[in-house]
Amino acid sequence: MIRIIKFVILDIIKNKIVLAYTLLLAIFAWSAFSLEDTSAKGVLSLLNIILLIVPLVSVLFTTIYIYNSAEFVELLTSQPIKRNKIWISLFIGLSGSMAIAFFLGAGVPLFIYTEPSLSLIMVSIGMLISLVFVSLAFLSASITRDKAKGIGMSIMLWLYFALLFDALVLFLLFQLSDYPIEKMMIGITATSPIDLARILILLHLDVSAMMGYTGAIFKKFFGSAEGMVIAFFLLTLWVAIPYYISLRIFKRKDL
Amino acid sequence: MRTLLCLTLMLSFVSTTPAKTIRVGETEIFKTITSALKKASDGDTILVFGGFYKEGNIIIEKSISLIGIDMPVIDGDKKVEILSIHADYVTLKGFKIQRSGHASIGDPAGVKVYDSKHVRILDNYFYDNFFSIYIQRSKHCIVKNNRVVSLGVDEQEIGNGIHCWKSDSLLIIGNYLSGNRDGIYFEFVTHSVIWRNISENNTRYGLHFMFSHNDSYFTNIFRNNGAGVAVMYTKHVTMMNNTFIENWGDAAYGLLLKEISDSYIYNNRFINNTSAIFLDGANRIIVEKNLFKSNGWGMKIQANGMDNVITKNNFIRNTFDISTNGSLVLSTFDENYWDRYEGYDLNKDQIGDVPYRPLSLFSVIVETNPPAMLLYRSFMVSLLDKSERILPSLTPDNFIDNIPLMRPLPL
Repeated sequence: MIRIIKFVILDIIKNKIVLAYTLLLAIFAWSAFSLEDTSAKGVLSLLNIILLIVPLVSVLFTTIYIYNSAEFVELLTSQPIKRNKIWISLFIGLSGSMAIAFFLGAGVPLFIYTEPSLSLIMVSIGMLISLVFVSLAFLSASITRDKAKGIGMSIMLWLYFALLFDALVLFLLFQLSDYPIEKMMIGITATSPIDLARILILLHLDVSAMMGYTGAIFKKFFGSAEGMVIAFFLLTLWVAIPYYISLRIFKRKDL
Repeated sequence: MRTLLCLTLMLSFVSTTPAKTIRVGETEIFKTITSALKKASDGDTILVFGGFYKEGNIIIEKSISLIGIDMPVIDGDKKVEILSIHADYVTLKGFKIQRSGHASIGDPAGVKVYDSKHVRILDNYFYDNFFSIYIQRSKHCIVKNNRVVSLGVDEQEIGNGIHCWKSDSLLIIGNYLSGNRDGIYFEFVTHSVIWRNISENNTRYGLHFMFSHNDSYFTNIFRNNGAGVAVMYTKHVTMMNNTFIENWGDAAYGLLLKEISDSYIYNNRFINNTSAIFLDGANRIIVEKNLFKSNGWGMKIQANGMDNVITKNNFIRNTFDISTNGSLVLSTFDENYWDRYEGYDLNKDQIGDVPYRPLSLFSVIVETNPPAMLLYRSFMVSLLDKSERILPSLTPDNFIDNIPLMRPLPL
């Protein structure tokens, strides 16, 4: 299994795209922090990167990589190796390299320029978001054999979580504004990993405003240690569940 | 002739009576403050030496100076009002006054001043009283350098630190107030000054003004109070050089202005409050050279005010700089520094060439629909905000700073 992971990681490094991605993140992050006069603005630029670019790159690269390594996977299945071992090695190789790319690219300047608690939370959330979208990519790649369909599905997932979901929530908010929906909204945010990530970071960035009317409720939930644990747990679920479904599909699949 | 002689005799008698100094203490002739007060006459000084005095309600009806040496403790045993002052020219200095009675009828206090003039309350330590200093229908009183600590948890079960009612020309200087319902409370108090006080961790307001005209407060610090500072139903208030920090909560404001007119807010610092200033029914207020930093809302201006001038302020790192609840704008917002301003300055006169719209669409949305705060900083929302800035459709288009500054003012 470790040998397969090694193969995957070596292959990804040879591929150079992830290296370019790391470099790009680094340029983005360093310039964001050194161009703006306050580190707060740099943090905001990085927040947008975490919420948009990281998911997009993770989901697209992973989907395409899985389709391209179909032959490699076929070859491996002909060997006496269990299928879930193949799948998990592939997952660890991909998610590991995406997470490390984020850590090296954006994490290092974050640790240098912002206060430890905020940078810790942003780095861990950025890495978790990478994992979530790698996992979602596994799901879409395992569902269909058609490459175009799979990649399309990945893009759709990204569009939905990054853009559409918030628009839907805003729409819902206005439709149901006469009802006490604060608690329900917490439940709804749990259904989008990007929103979960955003709110967790927001609670550190805009504490004063989040302490306002509804903010108090969110703060009580997400701001407490318990809520943080729950939110992180939910994010891990977003990694585990899509991966698990994809694994089940892969195990039964006729390659 | 005889009457004249009588008068001269009387006058000489009065002037030759020297002011006595009476000592109270365990080793002195007088063991209690009450017995010393009986012996004293106007103009005397009573020195109270360190010790523990529990004498029920002590009533002062003569113009004396009551001075504590080595912080004597006067205890109310949670039953009575500790000191009641019914005379002019009384000085109370250097005591620890603790554990007054708690009752909502009669409002017992650590020290209560009734209908008196020129009373001075200096350098005392008030601990765990219901009301600590209570001044009613009095004039020209000074409350200076007192430390007022109460242990209030619930608003209903604690009184105010310095409570002034129907008074005039008071000076409240250099006091420290914490754990009270309101740190300083003014109702029908006029021509008074509040200067250099620190008011923090009070369960309701750090400072509370009601119907108190022509007052000023300078250089105070209001920190982490339940609901910040409230100035209500008042005219001609001057607020200068104060600091409002960390007043957090769903109904907390750095400074709450309700039905205020003709007032001046100058050179204050608002840092880390949920809402730095909330203006409701405020008219002809000048807000000048203040710093708004890291607040949830810099200013919440309700549409029911008019002719307010907001100028030369720094708005830095607030989640929302300004928000309002209507489309009517009768105030001006010129010549401020907004850190969100993205315009340019071609002629290098430090004034942005493009007017700035401080009201973001999202702040309007949040105002009508608070749970929408959940979507803050989401890409969708930023997109909406950007387009609204370019082409205002939902926000009032005269909500505008025509002279936005390129650099923060040196405040």
